[in-house]
Amino acid sequence: MFDLFKAKAEAAGNTEVRRFATKAEALDFIEGYIKKEEIKDVVGSYAVWADSPFLTGVNTKALAAKVPGLKFDVTPELARGSKIGITQMEWGIANTGTLAQDSTKAEQRLASALSWIHIMLLPSDRIVADLPAFMTKMHPSTSNYIALITGPSKTADIERVLAIGVHGPERVVIVCVDELGGKN
Amino acid sequence: MKKDFKQSITKALKNQNLAGILDRWNYPATRAAAYAGIDFEALRNQIAEIKGSAAGRLEELAEQFKKSAEAKGAKVFRANSPQAAKDYITKLCKEKGVQKIVKSKSMASEEIHLNDHLAKNGIRADETDLGEWIVQLAHQRPSHMVMPALHLTKEEVADLFSKETKQPMSNDIQKLVKVARKELRGKYFEADMGMSGANIAIAETGTLVICTNEGNARLSGLLPKTHVILVGLEKLVANWTDAAPILVALPKSATSQLITSYVSMISGPSQNTDGSTKDLHIVLMDNKRTEMARDPKFKEALQCIRCASCLNVCPVYRLVTGHVFGHVYTGGIGTILTAWFNELKQAEEIQGLCIQCGRCKEICPGKIDIPELIVELRRRLVKEQGLPLIQKAIYSVVNNRKLFHAMLRTASVTQKPFTSGGFIRHLPMFLSSLTKDRSLPAIADVPFRDAIKKLKQPKSKEKASFYAGCLIDFSYPHIGQAVVKVLNKAGIEVVFADEQTCCGAPARYGGAFDVAANNAIDNIKALNNPEVSYVVSACPTCTVALKHEFVNTLQSEGKTEWLPKARELAEKSMDFSTLVMKLVGEGRLSQKDAKNLGKLTYHDSCHLKRTLHATEAPRKLLTGSGYELSEMLESDICCGMGGSYTIKQPEISAVILQRKLENIHKTAAGTVAMDCPGCVMQIRGGLDKEGSTISVKHTAELIADSID
Repeated sequence: MFDLFKAKAEAAGNTEVRRFATKAEALDFIEGYIKKEEIKDVVGSYAVWADSPFLTGVNTKALAAKVPGLKFDVTPELARGSKIGITQMEWGIANTGTLAQDSTKAEQRLASALSWIHIMLLPSDRIVADLPAFMTKMHPSTSNYIALITGPSKTADIERVLAIGVHGPERVVIVCVDELGGKN
Repeated sequence: MKKDFKQSITKALKNQNLAGILDRWNYPATRAAAYAGIDFEALRNQIAEIKGSAAGRLEELAEQFKKSAEAKGAKVFRANSPQAAKDYITKLCKEKGVQKIVKSKSMASEEIHLNDHLAKNGIRADETDLGEWIVQLAHQRPSHMVMPALHLTKEEVADLFSKETKQPMSNDIQKLVKVARKELRGKYFEADMGMSGANIAIAETGTLVICTNEGNARLSGLLPKTHVILVGLEKLVANWTDAAPILVALPKSATSQLITSYVSMISGPSQNTDGSTKDLHIVLMDNKRTEMARDPKFKEALQCIRCASCLNVCPVYRLVTGHVFGHVYTGGIGTILTAWFNELKQAEEIQGLCIQCGRCKEICPGKIDIPELIVELRRRLVKEQGLPLIQKAIYSVVNNRKLFHAMLRTASVTQKPFTSGGFIRHLPMFLSSLTKDRSLPAIADVPFRDAIKKLKQPKSKEKASFYAGCLIDFSYPHIGQAVVKVLNKAGIEVVFADEQTCCGAPARYGGAFDVAANNAIDNIKALNNPEVSYVVSACPTCTVALKHEFVNTLQSEGKTEWLPKARELAEKSMDFSTLVMKLVGEGRLSQKDAKNLGKLTYHDSCHLKRTLHATEAPRKLLTGSGYELSEMLESDICCGMGGSYTIKQPEISAVILQRKLENIHKTAAGTVAMDCPGCVMQIRGGLDKEGSTISVKHTAELIADSID
């Protein structure tokens, strides 16, 4: 299932899927990624990280101090000035390479809709086969806003030519973490 | 046809931007790739069932939706009329002091011209979907339901952006998109209200499902504290899980994608960025939808999921765009929706654009018989307003077989000054447009009905009745002779009922069902003969009339006493190639000693492929006869004949024909085969006008000698 998910997600364009056994390894990767993208404490170069189960047990204060420009308090202004947004997702859908988010909380939307790069965390075992299977996993009774995200923001509105990064992210990084749940 | 509508067609045909863009997209192939591994028939049956059942209980589902969404904290307003929807939204804006709105795509808002109304009330609404924004900047209407600015080139978009930003602009599409990002980003932060449409409304959970690729719907609903979602009642489905098949099909049919980049499922308010709860207003708009749901025929149109695939495959839409073919809603389904949401009269000109090729019906994920519903519109227009004078005169002749046939016989004499080599190449005066782009066939000296009496046939107990149709009877009798020759070889004697007349297809497709019903009755009387095993026709349009339409026409006209006999006739009716293939299969005919007859290409006639589903039989018969088949591009796209379409829309028909001829030329085949005398007339006429030497033949003519 993971292989299909990875293949389909990457087929959506400008998307890479990574898989790590432990949270520590995933965190190392994200830190490295942030560094590579030259995140700094300047408008336009922030990284905003919305509240995620992944962060349980992570000393966010220390991390923010270590990585200038990385913000854990996601306000509209910081999100608007961010290059990278990081959120944790609820489910993956294999046959379309889709990720599902509970978007009810504003910070989840801010950190996923405004930046140039969206890093999505996913417990490796939370991947279902298809959309009908997904619809048995999440339900409006427990989430007022469910968002499905597949690849970057795109358009073909001018001459049917594909262009990436219209209103939302132009690059997507999916970080699957076995330690968050990883039997897949 | 009114003059200004005719002018709009002429103007549209001069600008082929959209046709070129659709060609480069290659929708049929990319769509097929998106559906790989999916049973499309099963999927669309599921969607038709879900949407059809919802259309049957719109009122109940609307109330259930209201209750569910309100329980989640949304405010739901049911607007019966466009005015009620506009008033509610304007009042809300005034109460909240809203001056600026960011909008993501909503067809319903286009339908009620909401932006104009808001502007009159001093409220500025900015479209944020890139295509919608471009169209807004251009002060135009969308030309396509899914890709609103498809008719504009990148150069035209660059000009618009340059005007808006007062900056010079390059024509680079990637750069233009980034300009839009920058310009619109600010608007999301400044707006007092966000507004969206929705693709699905789920009654059980009070959920609105919104699909976008750009992410603009997410942003419209993110920053402003008030969010209004305007949605038509036809988007309702009963249950949460009902949304799945629609979500599976919509992106594949709309843009050849597996899924859109973003799907938002909103069930009640979400959190604002300051921690407060969003003020979520849902306007459920009726505007004739419940009335439509009560109509036994047009209820089906509510199964539409607005994917616009009927536009993408339409040979006419691509030439004239939605600016001519449609109003707010465009193309085939747009014609139907315009007739209902606006008024029947408004669709009067637009409906005449449909050539009835049936290509849209094949790919519609809502399983809507769009061409049939357009014929029904025509029927109602004729009922309401009567027929145009010329059509009336023609049908009154067709309605009287003796007069009709006498006129055709007279024509074979009076045409003499204009004919040469079996063609009429130029007609004088007001008839000249008929021969501008194609030569017409001359009326034969001896019609088939007379010729068959002189044919020597073996006597046999097994008989087939030949239904000639007007073209074979009076212009192409040799096709009929080929049919007789082939069937005789199988030991079948062919009989001809002299009382047979026009199949009624022209009248039916023109909406004159009373004339079509009379034609049906005359033919039923003529052809019902217990001695014959088959009623065979070498014209697919006629075969479809005999096999499928007589029953339907008679039902529509309330002439139910004829139904049993119509069904009996339908049972026996068969097209030529299917019957011959059956006889080959039974070992009664064979194609053993085929010689190499050279390269041939095959044109699939619309009715033969899409209603009779005979695509393999003629190909097998032709290759079995020794022809080497070289498939042309778009072999199943209409040749532009469409019955009387060549007369009603000569300009469009000529452009469609031109494309067909180009595709034929590209194969370098010396012969083009087809199973329809109408297509023979169109394609042969077009090639003759070009001075081409390619031979245009009916399958019957090509196989008659080689089969035994």
